[in-house]
Amino acid sequence: MNLAQGVQLVSFGILSVMMIASALGVVLLSNIVYSAFLLGGVFVSIAGLYLLLNADFVAAAQVLIYVGAVNVLILFAIMLVNKREDFAPIANRWIRQVSTALVCIGLFALLSTMVLATPWAVYTGTAVVGNNSVVEIGMHFFSDFLLPFELASVLLLMAMVGAIILARRDYIPDELMPRDTQAIAASTLPERPRELVSAASVTPRAPR
Amino acid sequence: MQLQLQYFLLLAAALFCIGIYGLITSRNAVRVLMSIELLLNAVNLNLMGFSNFIDPQGIKGQVFTVFVITVAAAEAAVGLAIVLSIYRNRETVDMEQFNLLKW
Repeated sequence: MNLAQGVQLVSFGILSVMMIASALGVVLLSNIVYSAFLLGGVFVSIAGLYLLLNADFVAAAQVLIYVGAVNVLILFAIMLVNKREDFAPIANRWIRQVSTALVCIGLFALLSTMVLATPWAVYTGTAVVGNNSVVEIGMHFFSDFLLPFELASVLLLMAMVGAIILARRDYIPDELMPRDTQAIAASTLPERPRELVSAASVTPRAPR
Repeated sequence: MQLQLQYFLLLAAALFCIGIYGLITSRNAVRVLMSIELLLNAVNLNLMGFSNFIDPQGIKGQVFTVFVITVAAAEAAVGLAIVLSIYRNRETVDMEQFNLLKW
């Protein structure tokens, strides 16, 4: 085993231990902020594994999109819904956790049996030079993966518009503001009576 | 001893099972969305492993992975917008209390 293979093996070991430990931290820790930062650790270690798989562009895209956008979005969401409450304990919660763990371990046993028993058709031809993956991905995007590429852009537009509409506050116009209690009760949820904010009462403040 | 395809597939299977455990047992709605990201990353790792070991010339697995990353980012944004609007109405993110559709 030469130096390159040794370095690859050691890197794979370190990255896989990092990834599994961070993933266990994401699902098992009670502090949600720790979980969010460990999720960033999962993403970074997966990007390292992509580098071991000769995928430089996808590793960079993983770090940019997942760590840079998705993880930051999750942290902002945690900041906005951070109520600092302890959830009311439900009785016999350990039954659900143990049975889920058993199901997950069974699923992992099934998958690993399948992985180790299947004769994978590994490519044994001449070694492929792996430093033009961007060019190859670009050629795929514009030849045989053109339709998914265009649909992905439409999907991103839809997701952006949808997220903005879902997350904005709706102010009621002043002339439609309900006056009597019956009308107010008709336009709020019974589980959570919230105050209806009229659009006229919110004056936009110009930044100084 | 070289890196083999089975190592990456086993790693992806382990990450997938951890994601399923987090998805089912989490009480915080944001943690559920984080577990969904773990599931999608496990699938991506699988696709990249196949792309490198079975199709190193066409790398179609990497193209597929880029699409999965795109869809996962869009879905995370919309999912967190939904969680935010639920929080505005219910003042909590406890999954045990989102039981309006329960019979």
